[in-house]
Amino acid sequence: MGFYIVQILTGLSNASALFLVACGLSLIFGVTRIVNFAHGSFYMVGAYAAYAFIALLPHGVFFFWIGVLGAALAVGLLGAAVETSLLRRLYHAPELFLLVATFGIVLILQDLTRWLFGAEDLLGPRAPGLTGSVDIMGSLIPQYDLALIVIAPLILAGIWLLLHRTRWGVLVRAATEDREMVGALGVNQATLYTAVFFLGSFLAGLGGAVQLPKGGADLLMDMNVVAAAFVVVVVGGMGSITGAYLAAVIIGELSSFGILVLPQSTLVMMFLVMAVVLVIRPYGLFGRAEAPEQISGAVSVSLLQPASQRLRILGLVLLLAIVLLPAVADAFQLVLMTEIALVSLASMSLYFMMGPGGMLSFGHAAFFGGGAYAAALMVHYFQSPMALAIGLAPLLTGLLALVIGWFCVRLSGVYMAMLTLAFAQICWSIVFQWGGFTGGDDGILSIWPADWASGKVVFYYLTMIICIGGILALRYLIFAPFGYTMRACRDSALRAESIGINLRNHQWLAFAIAGGFAGLAGGIYVFSKGSVFPDAMAIPRSFDFLLMVLLGGVNTVFGPIVGSAAFIWLHDKISRIDFWQFILGCIFIVLVVAFPHGIAGYVNRRFGRYFVNQNY
Amino acid sequence: MAKLLEVSILSRSFGGITAVDHVSFDLDAGQIIAMIGPNGAGKSTCFNLINGQLQPDHGSIKICGREVAGLHPRQVWKLGVGRTFQIASIFATMTVLENVQMALISFNKQARSFLRTVRQLYVDESMELLRLVGIEDQSHRVCGLLSYGDLKRVELAMALTNQPKLLLLDEPTAGMEPSERRRLMELTTQIVRNQNLGALFTEHDMDVVFTHADRIIVLNRGELIAQGTPEQVRHNDRVKEIYLGSRS
Ligand SMILES: Nc1ncnc2c1ncn2[C@@H]1O[C@H](COP(=O)(O)OP(=O)(O)OP(=O)(O)O)[C@@H](O)[C@H]1O
Ligand SMILES: [Mg+2]
Repeated sequence: MGFYIVQILTGLSNASALFLVACGLSLIFGVTRIVNFAHGSFYMVGAYAAYAFIALLPHGVFFFWIGVLGAALAVGLLGAAVETSLLRRLYHAPELFLLVATFGIVLILQDLTRWLFGAEDLLGPRAPGLTGSVDIMGSLIPQYDLALIVIAPLILAGIWLLLHRTRWGVLVRAATEDREMVGALGVNQATLYTAVFFLGSFLAGLGGAVQLPKGGADLLMDMNVVAAAFVVVVVGGMGSITGAYLAAVIIGELSSFGILVLPQSTLVMMFLVMAVVLVIRPYGLFGRAEAPEQISGAVSVSLLQPASQRLRILGLVLLLAIVLLPAVADAFQLVLMTEIALVSLASMSLYFMMGPGGMLSFGHAAFFGGGAYAAALMVHYFQSPMALAIGLAPLLTGLLALVIGWFCVRLSGVYMAMLTLAFAQICWSIVFQWGGFTGGDDGILSIWPADWASGKVVFYYLTMIICIGGILALRYLIFAPFGYTMRACRDSALRAESIGINLRNHQWLAFAIAGGFAGLAGGIYVFSKGSVFPDAMAIPRSFDFLLMVLLGGVNTVFGPIVGSAAFIWLHDKISRIDFWQFILGCIFIVLVVAFPHGIAGYVNRRFGRYFVNQNY
Repeated sequence: MAKLLEVSILSRSFGGITAVDHVSFDLDAGQIIAMIGPNGAGKSTCFNLINGQLQPDHGSIKICGREVAGLHPRQVWKLGVGRTFQIASIFATMTVLENVQMALISFNKQARSFLRTVRQLYVDESMELLRLVGIEDQSHRVCGLLSYGDLKRVELAMALTNQPKLLLLDEPTAGMEPSERRRLMELTTQIVRNQNLGALFTEHDMDVVFTHADRIIVLNRGELIAQGTPEQVRHNDRVKEIYLGSRS
């Protein structure tokens, strides 16, 4: 009996920090509509800052909590500073571009933290006065866990009062429900946004700080928590604080009990819960259906036109260059080109669903990595020949995408994106935790090309043929009725349905095709590298694809290729420098501020008239 | 023979508001009916019920004798119902021509095909429809950049792509100049007569209504309060009350 009570209490204490983070994320999203990827970084910084403050301050109960609050405050100020100095400049830019900026912040904070605190995991200091354990019918629970259990409802109550009993809170709620209204109420929107960012970041920082004694601080915290926080927000219902608490408790209990039943499955279970909730209640436990939200801006003026004469000539020249490259390039450059081609195909497939399809995905690496694992497992277990493995990879991933897509196309906009992220995490955690089959963290090694393709140049040509073929096929599809129907569904669901289009089915199919092509890229990838590790489907990889598409520009068919080439090239140039992530983050931010329509979008605007068909 | 459209005791409410309250009427081929009523009377809701955008709380809607309540808009469309929306709803990133091509692609069950590019598909038929509604000269302009009146024309062209038997036109002339308004309604009337369709339209301009409608249905707060020929409706006391009362 006591054992179960302790398990329940442990679950509740697990929920606390998660709730704080999710609550901040939800507030920020509700008011500003920014999906703040950096929120997990704020949490991480909160933990590290608390570590530093507590070490600096004298020992004692009072100073411990001062340190915790100080850390939260510092993170709150950091959030406000990010909002005023960077994000504010981007509010006029397409919404998705803010994602790139917040991801830049993720990279910067990651490296700054490593620089300040080192790469070692930090053991959290114990909270003075709460170092003992409490005996509950023969089972022990740390006192600090009990403190955590109390903190979350207190904060929940505080925020509830703030939102429901103050004028400021009324404004926040009004803004969450109807953004236009805020302008109409004569509120200074800039101040409101900054304040919300402060509060949201404060909560993230507090979450990181309070869990320090329990979980310590490490550099993986940011990505780990941001995925869980997305789950909590989506399960609870976007913008609902109570929902966030309930969802955090569900997730907390799940991990507390799941570890007893099936220790390998805790991550999977969390995301499965999310999938189940979203199927039953698409807008979360406490969320309300929104008017279908356009991922506006990024795709609003995407006028796809067939390539003009000049653009075709340019393409041919490029193709010729690719064919002739092995004559002049060294092996290393060929490998780089191979990688660019692979990644271009993957990001093109993401573009396919995001641009013309209007379906945002934060989890595209599930399919890229899925293809890689499909091929690798076939070789590893069935000694399948390379051609068969590469051929089957897209089919298997296409099937995976059919399953995942069935759930995802029920939602739209950011909700859908978060669901894709959750599914990608499920795939990742299956691969990661099911070590017996997939090799787990150690990956699958020695997957080399068949003899006939083992030469660098042959493999280069093989990759180029497959990738360019795939890219052209996707492009062709965009200009075929299939692609037009996708655009129709994106432009106006109402009109599409009323001219006989089965919107959901079509999006489902498009989703599966996008997944299949990403799987194809993954299938070749594994042979080019000779191995595959779970990070091929991890969140950062998904974000990389997203960044490539956004950096290239969503309004141009070949934007993703430009984005991929730029990204891989940049990566290659700087990745041997220490703290290269910091530099990369800064570059992203500069790019976003300088080219709010993407690189290809910029070229298109600046020089587009040379390439446009006259009759458009 | 079954009526083209037969609506009986149709109701739908939103929360506390009964937007459509026990409404019954019918429509024959070749007939044009205007549905009028003050703002919020329930006209658009009626349209949304008929084309499947909304599900009725109760009541029945029959098209050529077939019950359509509970069907999806796309299924209703396949039965030969074309509609335009009060707020023009088109594919904003496509050109005028592509919008109509898209509708024809769907009508010909080609929405999933990938063997040909759209550029050569149904161009002649599309241009024919654009000529019919009078915007063939704008065929290569992007819809997002059109004037509101022109958008309404594109919508009308799209509503005609499925060789409809019944047209549902929600304020087809909103946002147009009076002269343009008259021309478009004349055009619509002509199409309906020539092709022996049935049309149900809403309109706030009473001149248009009384000139073009064969019959008029008057809604107020969801209830059908009068129906009949323009002459009958013009002299109906309750209608006078609502229109004059609300304006004085
Ligand atoms: N989706 C909805 N949810 C809630 N209420 C709705 C919804 N659609 C319509 N209503 C309500 O139903 C009533 C009828 O609205 P409807 O749009 O049908 O009126 P209408 O006659 O078309 O008005 P108008 O002339 O302004 O177009 C209104 O009170 C409106 O607020
Ligand atoms: Mg209306």
